[in-house]
Amino acid sequence: MAMLEVKNLSISFGGLHAVDDFSVTIEKGELYGLIGPNGAGKTTVFNLLTGVYKPTEGKISLDGKDITGKNTIEINRAGIARTFQNIRLFKNMPVLDNVKTGFHNRYRYSTVSGILRLPRYRQVENTLNERAMEILKVFDLDKEAAILAGNLPYGKQRKLEIARALATEPRLLLLDEPAAGMNPNETGELMETIRFVRDHFDMTILLIEHDMRLVAGICEKLSVLNFGRLLAQGETAEVLSNPDVITAYLGE
Amino acid sequence: MSFLTYLKDGISLGSVYAIIALGYTMVYGIAKMLNFAHGDVIMVGAYTALMMITRAGLPALPAVLIAMATCTILGITIEMVAYRPLRKAGSPLAVLITAIGVSYLLQNIALLAFGADGKTFINVVSLPSLNLFDGQLVISGVTIVTVLANIVIMICLTLFVKKTKRGRAMQAVSEDRDAAQLMGVNVNGTISLTFAIGSALAAIAGVLLCSAYPVVTPYTGAMPGIKAFVAAVFGGIGSIPGAMIGGILLGVIEILGRAYISSQVADAIVFGVLIIVLLVRPTGLFGKNVQEKV
Repeated sequence: MAMLEVKNLSISFGGLHAVDDFSVTIEKGELYGLIGPNGAGKTTVFNLLTGVYKPTEGKISLDGKDITGKNTIEINRAGIARTFQNIRLFKNMPVLDNVKTGFHNRYRYSTVSGILRLPRYRQVENTLNERAMEILKVFDLDKEAAILAGNLPYGKQRKLEIARALATEPRLLLLDEPAAGMNPNETGELMETIRFVRDHFDMTILLIEHDMRLVAGICEKLSVLNFGRLLAQGETAEVLSNPDVITAYLGE
Repeated sequence: MSFLTYLKDGISLGSVYAIIALGYTMVYGIAKMLNFAHGDVIMVGAYTALMMITRAGLPALPAVLIAMATCTILGITIEMVAYRPLRKAGSPLAVLITAIGVSYLLQNIALLAFGADGKTFINVVSLPSLNLFDGQLVISGVTIVTVLANIVIMICLTLFVKKTKRGRAMQAVSEDRDAAQLMGVNVNGTISLTFAIGSALAAIAGVLLCSAYPVVTPYTGAMPGIKAFVAAVFGGIGSIPGAMIGGILLGVIEILGRAYISSQVADAIVFGVLIIVLLVRPTGLFGKNVQEKV
């Protein structure tokens, strides 16, 4: 069964069809790219998938379960996590706490035991610390656990956003322009990280990206959006040599 | 010696302001709104405790706990009925005006229920006074409890916000509501919890305030509410230690102003200090000066 199945997804804002009749199927463990010129509706697709917007039409199912029209928290619990185009970390919180916030839905203790610091509180907080450190180690951020997220260098902030999203224990990870603003070295490192996340966490990943080196380098399949409509879809090499796609990117 | 007495009175009054200011500052920090009805929750807390003691004949401690529970429910209800539907409406002004409306609503309900005459409040603190310097400096039981309560609340609240899951959720919502929601944090629930904590603290503040100044009227909460707001801004709104320091400084300034300058202009001095502080440090004593990167 497909991890993500999107059928005929549409949303209009007034008369503008931001996304029009978009369909895609992503198999478990796939690294899938969503590309297209600026304003093509890529981030809108992410917002639809995560429940920030409600689709006007269409259906979204995650691992066979219909999640269309659910709110963001329900969708996060169902197993979709994301990062943001412009980094949106909790900058005044320590790196470790950013990841622990990601665990919010996965570990529970009552507010009362938190106030009174009962054994249950200590037990859960200890587990949280361990789990969060494990994830930070994977991203080579464990040494920076105590510093404020806002003080990390840019490339590490991007990594921390992925770490935080992984802490929500998703089945599908959405990355919105993970390489934006990175230099070629950082991008290369990021490609390794994304691949590693897919293999190590057995993750299905859908990413939006403009950096063609990254897209061609790690994505197995692609969908191309243009003016909210699907322009091409399929294997990466095939899509990138499609004349329509080249025209949309480079003009006539 | 009279100076020490004034100072003590100032710290005592300031501690009450600080407890109220915590409610203001937390709600502002997390829900990004000014809850001008917060002061009137104090009044409801005071009346509830008084009724429990005089009408139901309960001892002080259960009466205070019931007052806290009542205010908690009141706070959550106000947030759900009056503020939550407007949060999506977009304009922060709508919520602000509604808060002022809720404030008048609470005052007028109290007016209807208890009348305009002040009711004598019963001191809930049975602790004996502390006599220092051969009885020249008398620290009453209420003062001791007020200051201790302030310190304990401040420590607990800081630990709660910094060290627990719900506290982290509060910080996350305060920093970026949308991102927090996408990480699975229940934003509405977190805001409700903030109102619940703030309102429970308001009940404590109400009881302590009316134990020290033993009259309660429907307008009891209005002025301390405004002053606690000043204290919160003074300390840097959104900051927990700021609210505490701001509250105590404000109480001390008010009492010293009343004693050494003029009791008639004491309030003017308090607000004058606010203006000066804001001119020098627009974000308050502990506020962060955040500049948006372009």
